[in-house]
Amino acid sequence: MSVENGIGASVRRKEDQRFITGNGHYLDDMNRAGQAYGYFLRSPYAFAKIKNIDLSAAKSAPGVVDIFTGADMVADGIGGLICGWGITSKDGSPHKAPPHNSMAVDAVRHVGDQVAFVIAETLEQAKNAAELIEVGYEVLTPVTNIAKALAPGAPQIHEEAPGNLCYDWELGDKAAVDAAFANAAHVSKIDLVNNRLSPNPMEPRAALGEYDAGSGELTLHTTSQNPHVARLIMSAFLGIAPENKLRVVAPDVGGGFGSKIFVYAEETTTIWAARKINRPVKWTADRSEAFLTDAHGRDHVTHAELATDNDGKILAFRVSTKANMGAYLSTFASAVPTYLYGTLLSGQYKIPSIYCEVQAGFTNTTPVDAYRGAGRPEATYVVERMMDTAAKDLKMDPTEFRLKNFIQPDAYPYETPVIMTYDSGDYPLAMNLAKEMIDYNGFAARKAQSEANGKLRGIGVAAYIEACGIAPSAAVGSLGAGVGLWESAEVRFNPTGSVTVFTGSHSHGQGHETTFAQIIADKLGVPIDSVEVVHGDTSKVPFGMGTYGSRSLAVGGSAIVKAVDKIVEKSKKIAAHLMEASVEDIEHEHGVFSVAGTDKKLTMGEIAFAAYVPHNYPADLEPGMAENAFYDPLNFTFPAGTHIAEVEIDPATGVVDIVDWAAADDFGNVINPMIVEGQVHGGVAQGIGQALLEGVIYDEESGQLLTGSYMDYCMPRADDLPNFRVATTNTPCPSNPLGVKGCGEAGAIAGPAALMNAIVNAIGKDIDMPATPEKVWRAINSN
Amino acid sequence: MYSFDYERPSGVNEAASAIGEDDKFLAGGQTLIPTLKLRLAQPGKLVDLSGISELKGISVNGSELSVGAMTRHVDVADSADVKSAIPALAQLASHIGDAQVRNRGTIGGSISNNDPAADYPAALVGLGATVHTNKRSISAEDFFVDLFETALEDGELVTKVTFPIPEKAGYAKFPNPASRFALTGVFVAKTASGVRVAVTGAGPCVFRQTDMEAALSSNFSPDAVSGIKTEASGLNADIHASADYRANLITVMAARAVKAAS
Repeated sequence: MSVENGIGASVRRKEDQRFITGNGHYLDDMNRAGQAYGYFLRSPYAFAKIKNIDLSAAKSAPGVVDIFTGADMVADGIGGLICGWGITSKDGSPHKAPPHNSMAVDAVRHVGDQVAFVIAETLEQAKNAAELIEVGYEVLTPVTNIAKALAPGAPQIHEEAPGNLCYDWELGDKAAVDAAFANAAHVSKIDLVNNRLSPNPMEPRAALGEYDAGSGELTLHTTSQNPHVARLIMSAFLGIAPENKLRVVAPDVGGGFGSKIFVYAEETTTIWAARKINRPVKWTADRSEAFLTDAHGRDHVTHAELATDNDGKILAFRVSTKANMGAYLSTFASAVPTYLYGTLLSGQYKIPSIYCEVQAGFTNTTPVDAYRGAGRPEATYVVERMMDTAAKDLKMDPTEFRLKNFIQPDAYPYETPVIMTYDSGDYPLAMNLAKEMIDYNGFAARKAQSEANGKLRGIGVAAYIEACGIAPSAAVGSLGAGVGLWESAEVRFNPTGSVTVFTGSHSHGQGHETTFAQIIADKLGVPIDSVEVVHGDTSKVPFGMGTYGSRSLAVGGSAIVKAVDKIVEKSKKIAAHLMEASVEDIEHEHGVFSVAGTDKKLTMGEIAFAAYVPHNYPADLEPGMAENAFYDPLNFTFPAGTHIAEVEIDPATGVVDIVDWAAADDFGNVINPMIVEGQVHGGVAQGIGQALLEGVIYDEESGQLLTGSYMDYCMPRADDLPNFRVATTNTPCPSNPLGVKGCGEAGAIAGPAALMNAIVNAIGKDIDMPATPEKVWRAINSN
Repeated sequence: MYSFDYERPSGVNEAASAIGEDDKFLAGGQTLIPTLKLRLAQPGKLVDLSGISELKGISVNGSELSVGAMTRHVDVADSADVKSAIPALAQLASHIGDAQVRNRGTIGGSISNNDPAADYPAALVGLGATVHTNKRSISAEDFFVDLFETALEDGELVTKVTFPIPEKAGYAKFPNPASRFALTGVFVAKTASGVRVAVTGAGPCVFRQTDMEAALSSNFSPDAVSGIKTEASGLNADIHASADYRANLITVMAARAVKAAS
């Protein structure tokens, strides 16, 4: 029996009605009585000492309520922003986390660093006053490029981090890898740059801080992916307020892609300032500020080598990466190039030994942290560009080389040399499906046709794997995480049979209000329109770790299932009592409780009503029908699959036209295929953006951000994208009760490698991302 | 945005007398308004030209197409008169910016700003157009002086542009992938007075490629220009493209413009 709008149905998104009719609740639309407006004076320099700050003229400007600097926050006992994941270097020393004040105290270290917070009756007045602040800067020579920052003689950005080194980390068996390389028949090598990206969610970050002098409670409305974690950090580490006196609400949030995971300076300053002036304060980033201060993504420089034998079998893999952390260590920055990267370097392949070393360093740039995929796109890019390079060296078809080295479907659980235990998958199935979808075998004929038309044609494969459903707590704790990564849920029946689901996940575009309602509809037979999903408010939801790492369904959805299981267990007892049967004889399917072997049955709604009106009720049972659950999974999930891109290139201009794209993804069980397909489209769009169009560029001499607006930073648009062929292969995940793996990041992980392999295949030369027309044209015309 | 005074006159003379030294005319506002929002300009007064009906409209008079200064890009792109008289001009207008820009931006505002990567300067110079102001008439080549600089004097206001209708014309643009301005755009026209080739986006200001004009005068075909190179020195170089690449694009776009000419 299947249920209408249950698991597996492409239900239209419930939340879209309010979004597309302009009835969403976004932060900048919220206003409070007595509200003042905050504006940050930011550093125009990449690196400078602050000698003095003169606020006198600004403070007397029209409409100014108050102006604060970093010194005021320090004097108030407010701590610096933290990095919540400790990384240990090769020599056993902890990573260097220099002070990161919400506003600069003695120096500014990137363009856009916060210098002062001006609060006025209107935003324009705040901006006018900010222009009257006189800051005495001693301008220093900046360094923006990670390789240069880690080289001897580079400008020293923090005295706590000599040589600008944050950590020098390693993973894997170096001796085994060296031995394998020494005896290998072939060694293939590649040098790669993983370009720095700006996250660009549609809604910029914003904060509305309120203080209730009567109760002493602070309320922060903010654009967060994880409001409970924001509250925890602001309370425990920053000293904003005790956790019970601080409420954090993330209302409708217009996209995040990781950039709204982090606890930032601006939100912290806004809530602190609201108490200082005892008035509501609102701050909304403009797009220029988003470019300057939203944590960037990627920015790796990597050298990799692969050892193979004469039969095309992989023997060993070694990778050396330099990762740019930016000017300060952001909330989870340290984990991205280490445990979200090095641990995925086995890809889909049986590789006997792997060694990875990562040097992370500071530069005079915006901090870098997790961005859609976070570490895993970087890993996939290294692995999959390496595989194509090796296949070419070995004169093998790139898909044959991969199929020869894949971990086989009967090998699970499979332990990689880089501490992951893959739980399930079928890599040959997805690759063969993708090849069929794009007619891989017909490529030669299409290439000949393109050549006849004066065009170059290429095809490129990426067989990616990701560790998602970021959890389990014990595993991440052993690797340095400062938090647990479980999830919570409450399923609450109302007496009339409708349901409210409280989840610690946070939807900022993912469609949780639909997907989670489908789970309830399927398990408990409640129409999805009678299911309300509540998220994003620390005063409503028990607790939550938030949404990132493709974890909401695998972890948050599983917590809902656990709560549902408790509802069912309790309902069986009530049903047994009402139908005068023993609990063991009660059968349950999709919200219908029946007595085995009879036609007696009760619906979930009837049972819920009985639980709230317990006139005839089991004596030993509590009334009511609401259950809480916390779920901590046993393992990560491992979505994997193959994407194949096909391109045609105009040699006269170097323009790359993506003519076809096939995605065969194993996401485990799928709740809503339409939403999953949308996630693949969006992820691939961002992957294509990275490969062809996007790239943060700093002027190396001045440290100025040159790509500070959409006039210069190129986001992918509809006409940059092909029609996608999308399919899923579904091997259920054994590590969670829904059997789901997560789909949010796959496209951004697979996309860049598939597309760059296609371009390299077409032009016969290696180039770095973004493959702009000029870069491609130059490669075609170089010798 | 800093505060400023605002006036919306209904006639050209009124507008001209309203403008002072620190003031700005507001046409479609597609460059000026973002500049104000970023606090990069601080005019004392904006004189909004949108209420002056005589500045709007398209007409064909014999061998000449006339476009009023406040005519929006979308109106040029959709005009049956333009499509019939100079299809390349309608096609050029249909690719300026995006739909929002085309619905607000005007020909007068665009050419008065003289952004080096704007499309219209290529059409004006390529077609040998005349810019009419409240004071005089100026040939397109004399009008566009240098980077963001025109022949307009203080308080002088473009009223219309007249284009001689060519035998055939074509425009090929390589858009900047981010802004969709012309990284390089080439307008080619075969006119009664000879062949003209105008290049925008590649240099600090629109310019004529005279080697290509000579080659096309004897053989109006893509092959005639596909071997003609432009000296890269003096061309624009920025994070989007080097001067070498822009020089290459002039050749490629010129050939495509000739091929597209109709």
